[in-house]
Amino acid sequence: MKVTFKIWRQENKSSKGNFESYDVEGLTEDMSFLEALDHLNELLVAQNQKVIAFEYDCREGICGQCGVFINGRAHGPHDHMTTCQLHMRSFKDGETIVVEPWRATAFPVIKDLVVDRSALDNIIEKGGYISAKTGTAAEANAILIAKNVADRAMDAAACIGCGACVASCKNSSAALFTAAKINHLSSLPQGKHEATQRVLQMTRQMELEGFGSCTFTGACEVECPEGISLTNIAEMNARRAKAKWLG
Amino acid sequence: MLDAKIPEGSLENKWRNYQLKAQLINPANKKKLNVIVVGSGLAGAGAAATLAELGYDVKCFCYQDSARRAHSVAAQGGINAAKNYQHDGDSVWRMFYDTLKGGDFRSREANVFRLAELSAPLIDHYVQQGVPFAREYGGVLVNRSFGGVQVQRTFYARGQTGQQLLLAAYSQLYKMKRAKKVEMFPRHEMLDIVVIDGKAKGIIARDLVTGQLKRFAADAVVLATGGYSRVFRLSTLAIGCNGSAIWKAHKRGAYFAAPSFTQIHPTALPQTSEAQSKLTLMSESLRNDGRIWVPKKKEESRKANEIPEEDRDYYLERRYPSFGNLAPRDIASRAAKELIDAGFGVGRLKNAVYLDFKHAIEHFGLETIKDRYGNLFKMYKKITGVDAYKEPMQISPAAHFSMGGLWVDYELMTTIPGLYAIGECNFSDHGANRLGANSLLQASIDGYFVLPNTINNYLASALKEDHPTTDHPEFEKVEKEVTEQISRLLAVNGNKTVDHFHRELGKVMWQECAMSRNKEGLEKAIVQIEEIKEAFWNEVNVTGGHLEMNTELEKALRLADFIELGLLMCNDALQREESCGAHFREEYQTNEGEALRNDDTYSYVSAWEYYQGDFKLHREALTFEYVQPTVRSYK
Repeated sequence: MKVTFKIWRQENKSSKGNFESYDVEGLTEDMSFLEALDHLNELLVAQNQKVIAFEYDCREGICGQCGVFINGRAHGPHDHMTTCQLHMRSFKDGETIVVEPWRATAFPVIKDLVVDRSALDNIIEKGGYISAKTGTAAEANAILIAKNVADRAMDAAACIGCGACVASCKNSSAALFTAAKINHLSSLPQGKHEATQRVLQMTRQMELEGFGSCTFTGACEVECPEGISLTNIAEMNARRAKAKWLG
Repeated sequence: MLDAKIPEGSLENKWRNYQLKAQLINPANKKKLNVIVVGSGLAGAGAAATLAELGYDVKCFCYQDSARRAHSVAAQGGINAAKNYQHDGDSVWRMFYDTLKGGDFRSREANVFRLAELSAPLIDHYVQQGVPFAREYGGVLVNRSFGGVQVQRTFYARGQTGQQLLLAAYSQLYKMKRAKKVEMFPRHEMLDIVVIDGKAKGIIARDLVTGQLKRFAADAVVLATGGYSRVFRLSTLAIGCNGSAIWKAHKRGAYFAAPSFTQIHPTALPQTSEAQSKLTLMSESLRNDGRIWVPKKKEESRKANEIPEEDRDYYLERRYPSFGNLAPRDIASRAAKELIDAGFGVGRLKNAVYLDFKHAIEHFGLETIKDRYGNLFKMYKKITGVDAYKEPMQISPAAHFSMGGLWVDYELMTTIPGLYAIGECNFSDHGANRLGANSLLQASIDGYFVLPNTINNYLASALKEDHPTTDHPEFEKVEKEVTEQISRLLAVNGNKTVDHFHRELGKVMWQECAMSRNKEGLEKAIVQIEEIKEAFWNEVNVTGGHLEMNTELEKALRLADFIELGLLMCNDALQREESCGAHFREEYQTNEGEALRNDDTYSYVSAWEYYQGDFKLHREALTFEYVQPTVRSYK
C-alpha cells in the first residue's frame, strides 16, 4: 500500500511551521497509523534526515498521549477512537493523508506534531482530587454507592485526557474534559464535601488557561475516544450555577 | 553478604515490629529533607504524594507529557485484596500462600505476607480517593476471580482498573503539587544516578523538550520506573517503557535480582506483521468466562464457529481440571506455545489460540457479558475488525511483566544506601511468576504504605549530614559521562535505524530467553547479543542533535541499555539450572512437561553485581519458616 503523507513540520515553539509531503510505499493494511509513521521515520533516517516528532506511549488506546489531526478530524476518520487504534485499512491506496498537531491557544506546539497539554494538568491541580491523606480511609464497604451512581461516575471517569475534545471544538473549549472530572468526583459521596470549591476553581482555571467557552455543538463527544457524553457539560454548568448562587 | 533486614517476630507481627522500631523524624525536620522520585505510575505517584503529605520536599520525574500517562494506566483487569467480601474462605494467610505458591517459592515469606496484609486497607484508601470500583445493586463492592486462585478477591473498575487507580494517585500528586510540596518534571528522563561517598545523592536528567542535561540533588532517590519487557521489543508495554534508570543504577552499584524472570502473558493479540510495534493485551479477566481452545486437528481449515465441540481441544480444562481456564499465566502461556509450536495454532499466521465466549453468552446472556467486558470487546473490534460476541477472539502469548528488577531489602532499599526501588522495577514479592491483579497491588503498596514508612530509617541519618548540592565534583563527573555517551551515539553516523537493532535484539530474546530456555540457546544468544551491541555502536544512525526534542536519540539511549540488560538476562537464565515459575529450562521438566524445581540447589534469589563490565553472582538464601515449598500443581 502506498500513501502520501502531508505532515506539519515545525522546529520548535517559536519557529514557523509548514506542511511537508512524503510519498511512502511498503505499507500494509494491518499496520497501525502510528506504525506507518514509524516506517516513514525509518525512511527519513535512511536519508539522514530528522525524524518527525509525534506522541505515543501505550499504543492501546488508554494512556491518552497520542493524538493528531488526520484529514481534518481529531484521531482520524472514526468516531470514538484514539490515533494509536487507527489502522491503515481505514485509508485508500494512493490517498493523501494530512496530519496536523492539535490546534488550540492553550496547546502550544512544541515540535512537529507534539503539543504542550499541561494546561489540562493545571485544571486538575485546582480540585480534580478528593483530599484524603494516605492512611485516613474508612472501611471500603462503609461507603455504599448504588450501582447506577457508581456506573455514572465511571462513565465520566473514563476520560483519558488526550485533548481531542479541545482540538475538535471550534472554540477550543476544554469543557468536556473538565466536566468529566468534576462529575466523576462530585457525584460520589466521597467527593461531595469539596464539590462547591471544585467546580468553581476548576472552571475558573479552565478559563485562565485560555480555553474557549462551550457552545454545545457536540463535536467533542463524537471524537472522544471514550465517548464521554455531552450531558456532562450541562451537569457541570448546573453544578457551577448552583455553587455560584447557592454556595 | 546480602542482608534482607527481615524483622523479628512471627509472620503476622513482622511489619508491626518493624514499624515499632523504625526511626521517626519530626515534622519540622522532614521539610529539610528532599526526595527524588523517578516515575509517576502507581508506585511513583503514590510514594511522591504520600512523602509530600508527610512533609518531605519531593521532586517527581516522568518521561511522558503528564504523570497520568504512566503505564500503570494500561492494567485492565483489577487489583487483589484479602477482604473476604464474598465470604468464600479468603484471608490474608490464603492470599499470602497463593502469591508465594504462584511465584513458585522464589520470593521472601515476610515480603509476601506484608503485601497480603496491606491489601485490604489499600482498597479502603482507593475508595476514599474516589475510584469508581464496580458495585452490586445494594451498593457494596463486587469481586471477581483471577488466574491462580480459587476465591474471588479481585476489585475492578470496568476494564480500566489501572487507569482509575492511576488517576487517583495522579490526583493526589497534583493535590500536593498545589500545596507546593511536590515539584513535577514531566518530559524529563533520568539518564544517570549520582552516588557520593557510597550513597545516592541525586540524578542527571535530560529535558526532553530542550535536550538540556540537568542536575538534581536529594537526600534520597526513589526509582519507580516500571518493567523492562520492551527488551523483547514486542511486548504489552508502552513504547517508552525502558530499563535505563535501573540499568544505570545497576552499573553504579545496585545489584540486579532475577533479571530473567519475565512473565509472558497468555492473552495478548497475536503479531500480524514485522512492522508491528506492540502487542495489545486483552485482560486476563476474560478467562473468567472465556474458554480457551484449539482445533484437535492440525491444518484445520474450517472457521472457528463451524468446528463442532467434539473437534475442539479445551486444553487448559483438560490438563488442569481444578483451575481450568484460570491456570496461572506462566502455565497458560507455555501450554499455548506448546500447541502453537506443534502446529495447532489458529489465525492467518497460525500463531494464536481461540478464546471463546459462546458458552458464557448462552449461559449468562449477552447483556451480562457486555456489562463485564464490553470495553474489551470494543477494543478487540477496533484493532482486529472482528466482533468477538459472534466469533472467538484469537489470542497469543506476549512478553509482559518483569518479576526481576533491582534487588531490595525489606525496606525496599537497593544495595546503594539511599537508593530505593519500588513497584515493578524491583524484585520483591512475585518470585518467579506474578499472579494476575497483583501488579497494581504491589506498586500501590510499595508506594503508599511501605516506602513512606521505611525511608525514615535512612533519612534520619541523612538529617545529620550535609545536604548534597549539584556543584559537587561527582555531579560534574557523571554529567560529563552522560554527555559523552550522547556524543558517541550521535557520532556513529552509520546506516541503520535504532528500530532495526531493537528488532534484532527482540528476536534473539524472544527466541531464547522467553517462555522456554535451554543452555545451548542461551549461550548462542549471548554471542548474538554481543554482536548486536558491536554492530549497534558501529552502524546506528541517530539523526538530529542533542539540544532539541529528538525522539530518535531517546530511543537510541534506551536501546543501548536494553542490549546490555539482555546480556544479563541471558546470563541469569543460563546460570539457574532448574525450572521455576516463568523460568522454564527445557532440560529440567517432569515427564508430563511441567516445571521441575530444584530447591536443594536453587532456593535463593540471584543478585547480580556489575563488576568490571561483567556480572558477579551473589545469593540471598530463601528460607521458608511458615510454609513448606511444595510442587506447584494446578491439576
